[in-house]
Amino acid sequence: MTLSEFDSFRPSEPVRRRRREGKRGPGRRPANGDGSREMPMVPEQEFSSYYGRPVVKAAPWGNDVAAYLFLGGVAAGSALLGLGGQLSGRPTLRRNARLSALAAVSAGTVALVKDLGRPERFLHMLRTFKVTSPMSVGSWILSAFSAGAGVSAVAEIDRMSGSRLPLGPLRNVLRAVEGPAGFEAAVFAGPLAAYTAVLLGDTATPTWNAAHEELPFVFVSSAALASAGLAMVTTPVRETGPARKLAVLGVLGEVAAMKVMEQRMDPVAAEPLHQGKAGAMLKWSERLAVAGGLGTLLGGRHRGAAAVSGLALLTASALTRFGVFEAGLASARDPRYTIEPQKTRLAARRAAGITDDAITTGG
Amino acid sequence: MGQLSGPTDPTADAHWEHSHPRKGFFTDTSICIGCKACEVACKEWNHNPQDGNLELLGSSYDNTGALGASTWRHVAFIEQGQERIVEARESGRALVSLGMPRIGPPATASPAATDLAEAETTPPDTADFRWLMSSDVCKHCTHAGCLDVCPTGALFRTEFGTVVVQDDVCNGCGTCVAGCPFGVIERRADGSVKVATSRNDQHAKHPAVPNAGIAQKCTLCYDRLVADETPACAKACPTTSIKFGDHDDMVETARERVSSLHAQGLTEARLYGANENDGVGGTGSVFLLLDEPEVYGLPPDPRVPTADLPQMYRRAGMAVAGMAAAVAVAFLGGRA
Ligand code: SF4
Ligand code: SF4
Ligand code: SF4
Repeated sequence: MTLSEFDSFRPSEPVRRRRREGKRGPGRRPANGDGSREMPMVPEQEFSSYYGRPVVKAAPWGNDVAAYLFLGGVAAGSALLGLGGQLSGRPTLRRNARLSALAAVSAGTVALVKDLGRPERFLHMLRTFKVTSPMSVGSWILSAFSAGAGVSAVAEIDRMSGSRLPLGPLRNVLRAVEGPAGFEAAVFAGPLAAYTAVLLGDTATPTWNAAHEELPFVFVSSAALASAGLAMVTTPVRETGPARKLAVLGVLGEVAAMKVMEQRMDPVAAEPLHQGKAGAMLKWSERLAVAGGLGTLLGGRHRGAAAVSGLALLTASALTRFGVFEAGLASARDPRYTIEPQKTRLAARRAAGITDDAITTGG
Repeated sequence: MGQLSGPTDPTADAHWEHSHPRKGFFTDTSICIGCKACEVACKEWNHNPQDGNLELLGSSYDNTGALGASTWRHVAFIEQGQERIVEARESGRALVSLGMPRIGPPATASPAATDLAEAETTPPDTADFRWLMSSDVCKHCTHAGCLDVCPTGALFRTEFGTVVVQDDVCNGCGTCVAGCPFGVIERRADGSVKVATSRNDQHAKHPAVPNAGIAQKCTLCYDRLVADETPACAKACPTTSIKFGDHDDMVETARERVSSLHAQGLTEARLYGANENDGVGGTGSVFLLLDEPEVYGLPPDPRVPTADLPQMYRRAGMAVAGMAAAVAVAFLGGRA
């Protein structure tokens, strides 16, 4: 070591732990690039991983996809409310729900296409149909839904504009098919709300995969309360009775499904749902959902209170989707969430006497 | 469609009507010297662009980091001390004593049949320090998550039983990236790589990045296989650490090799991917490792997510029914 007049300003060198002292291989440690002490070539850490690098890759999806999860749910629930309004003679609810469905599904589709690596090839989604691919199944569901939602919403727009859309003889056709179209959209609404849960569950992303049993219930509940919330914002209370009931059912369903999901998941894989940004979003989502539900129950017959509750519900649903989405991405970025649950389940199978299905074998 | 999990012949599942044998790798990490010839050969043959920033990663001699869209072979370097070596030897011994059922005929005159207790246990190398080097690659899984979840059909099963992306079909949806239990496939960025300043001029002359926005991974050199050639990485490997051939032969070679290492007392040796009962139905690329898989950045118990897909669809169906019921109740259950 050289001696210089500045040496007195150096922090004292910590004792360097010898590498053989039982540390389990390489890992992370805060970088120390200021040269104040010797940097070990290979830092140390507690559990085995390859330099703390992720094992699985996070989906290259941005917030567009999380937004789509939310918008798809709103569209699906709105189409169901639209059909309800259509069948139960609530014209304003029917009109608003149909328009909401089209607006939400269009915005959602734009978000999805925007997130593709090659947006100009979005139609390749429909060049085949694969049951093993929830994304393929979902693309077909989305297309079928959009057809019905589009036709029924255009019929409403035409009516609102006093039959001024330049439809010519097609107007009669449109009037004839708008009812069936609303029905068709409603048929695909449930699948539209639920398939995104399968899309996330059918990945190697630890938190999403571990949640695959209950996530569909969380997502349909979230869709129900969001669309009901939107109807409560857009439609006078006179016609939103069913929407208010749906909102309350959705809140109950979501809170319950979320609790069951967290109980049944591997505890390590569930951690990202409680940590960081995702944890905060999910906590607020639950609070807002409960508040929105209570507001609906207590003040749902007052226009102002209904609208505020509806907004709370919409926000709650958006937070649920973004929270689950973020938690999954976070779980993919940290090798711990891949390695530990896998080791646990492997050890559990071995303890149960199943020794023939491990990927690592002695011979 | 074939089955979603369990032992199977992936080529027949994909309806290929011929009898090409399934091709695969056996990567024997016990003889890898970490020269990275495989990485370089792969890059060159496949015209893969630069990955990352030419940074030193501070992880032994590994400055590549991980497999990715432009890195289809990745050599891992791990430095270990004595205690970890002893642990690895123990965990390997535990695997042997689990008595994994062998698949197929037992290796003839397997040296593993000899009693390990009496084997020469002095390790041939230094006992208190070792360097693990392992050339990782796409596993070409029997049940490939990436292929199962691809919505466009861009990923397909070749006649050699391998998994390949058609870059003119892929629309970059990224589902496969999340679907791979090994973190192999990746969507290629647009090539706006930040390069160290001193390299700027040089970089300016580089050709534009091909296939940006498209999922990319090892093709097991499909273009070379079609011409009856060995993949570039296996051809370049100077130590035969990367062996290429019919998948069955590779598994057999791997079993023989692990037996002979065990006979030398190197019980830390173990196979990865040679078991067709595992979560992905066995891999096309088989590895011989000298420590637990997670030490090399490999998942310890990967499972193709699609294996649970029927159950997921069932649960989603129940959820849909629940949603419909809730709406029905809301409209029919009297005025709120
Ligand atoms: S390792 Fe990943 S990318 Fe390779 S075939 Fe298997 S699932 Fe696909
Ligand atoms: S088989 Fe070909 S594409 Fe795959 S890693 Fe080797 S050289 Fe690269
Ligand atoms: S070429 Fe062979 S010896 Fe060299 S790093 Fe690759 S696998 Fe190891």
